[in-house]
Amino acid sequence: MTFSDLPLDLSEQIQFSLRRLYDSHGYRRYRMNKFEEYDLYARNKDFLISDHVLTFTDSDGKLMALKPDVTLSIVKNSPDAPGVRKLYYNENVYRVTKDASGFREILQLGLECLGQVDECCVCEVVYLAAKSLDAIAPDWILDLSHVGLIRELAQGLGFPKEKEDALFALISARNRHELLALCREAGLSDASAFLLTDTALTRGEPARVIEKLEKTLGAMDALTELKELTQALDAWGVGENLRIDFSVAEDIHYYNGLVFKGFVRDLPKPVLTGGQYDKLMKKMNRASRAIGFAVYTDQLERLEQALPEFDVDTVLVYDPSTPLAQLRAAADSIGGAVLLQPSVPQGIRCRRILKLRSGEVSDL
Amino acid sequence: MKTMLNVALPKGRLGEKVYAMFEKAGYECPSIYENSRKLIFENEERFVRYFWVKPSDVAIYVERGVADIGVAGKDILLEYRPEVYELLDLDIGKCRMAVAAKNGFRDDPRKKLRVATKFSRIAGDYYRRMGRDIDIIHLNGSIEIAPILGLSDVIVDIVETGTTLKENDLSVMETIVPISARLIANKSGYKFKGGQIDALVERLALQTEERK
Repeated sequence: MTFSDLPLDLSEQIQFSLRRLYDSHGYRRYRMNKFEEYDLYARNKDFLISDHVLTFTDSDGKLMALKPDVTLSIVKNSPDAPGVRKLYYNENVYRVTKDASGFREILQLGLECLGQVDECCVCEVVYLAAKSLDAIAPDWILDLSHVGLIRELAQGLGFPKEKEDALFALISARNRHELLALCREAGLSDASAFLLTDTALTRGEPARVIEKLEKTLGAMDALTELKELTQALDAWGVGENLRIDFSVAEDIHYYNGLVFKGFVRDLPKPVLTGGQYDKLMKKMNRASRAIGFAVYTDQLERLEQALPEFDVDTVLVYDPSTPLAQLRAAADSIGGAVLLQPSVPQGIRCRRILKLRSGEVSDL
Repeated sequence: MKTMLNVALPKGRLGEKVYAMFEKAGYECPSIYENSRKLIFENEERFVRYFWVKPSDVAIYVERGVADIGVAGKDILLEYRPEVYELLDLDIGKCRMAVAAKNGFRDDPRKKLRVATKFSRIAGDYYRRMGRDIDIIHLNGSIEIAPILGLSDVIVDIVETGTTLKENDLSVMETIVPISARLIANKSGYKFKGGQIDALVERLALQTEERK
């Protein structure tokens, strides 16, 4: 079954396709209340995209917030337990975005996997991210990165931890000239500065990049992890559009380990972003691990979609004296989408205009 | 598959210098010299389309993907922080972001420093790093006049040769950051046209190296 024959716009069709995709892999839809106690966000500001939260005082005097994020609530309601919780959500959140002045309501569609997350879970989540992109547009790229790899390399070369934010910011801007300058300023030798910069800016097909990095860096856990993951994804049939690109790992306070971002041709911003967020689990006193991703549904609106030629098939202009009983029957007899109007409306694009007079339908 | 590369160039002297670099790199578009009123020019043989936009808007065109690449001053990138890749320092349009004041000005650390600027974010970040409490007065132009009329104690602005400052009895107190023109790229566009963009960057980088 496809959703293309239903009266849905492209963005809605994609959202239903994604929900069906997640359902078919055993992920259960997680429905939640719009409100959450503000305290949750105050304690975990580091894990929010924006510090701004819409608050109000509930009838019992408690300070509440309209959810700016879904993941925090899911983690809060996921106690450590054997096995893995596999969930997805399709919820509105309220936050201040860079592009808009003031708060906006954003429909967020995402998927989370929490608990005893192993290689299989990680592979499945990235696989579903790839399949999601495939459902969004035919021409897509899923960039994979590993925060641990860059961090381990930087620390091994003696790059100071307190400058890590600046390092990752420059990597995310693929700013080679300032990266080299930062490495030198941090006391790295020329050879180390070039090794760190060149590694951080390497990008391309996973097998090629990993082979190259194995030669220059030798054995590293993160590299082995990336290698096994990308080989598995290849076997799962989604390897072709995967790329390694360390510039996608910018949010290092939220994500550890694997980070990924999805892009589709002609959309200027990523449509999907995700990764492992064990740090948040730890902060919320969970021993278990987590990985997930979110799809930016607001970006989907920007996908190329032809405007329908007509707003309605037929406008049926009725005589005011027509008995109501006759009106329904006449409209139903026409077929297609029929708009009833007492006079010819302005600004409606329709295939034809018919009139109903004395129970008879005829051309206007 | 090669597709058209959309390039946003800053209108004015800097943009002309930048275009000359692109032309030398093999991305010429002769029609650009034909009509000064037209804003969009393309050369299908070279798979390139140029458009002239206001210098401070280049980053917007690139961030929103209308342009795959563009050239913007580091001042604009620091002030507006667009989500773009900064692929190359073109080493032209060189100047610096500096703090300037009236000759003979002495900072009184007991008072909040009044700073007039077009670059509120750069100024704010700079003084935050120094731990100095300031009052930012955002102006849109003629910044030099602010300390002369007593509107501010200092200004934070772009200084190229320093002639304007000198003529107004002002001088540079500190340099905040050196500025030059940078080649920027849309992050998503780079995923799909990375090969084409990298080839261009390589050729432009050769020119900047030669100049050094």
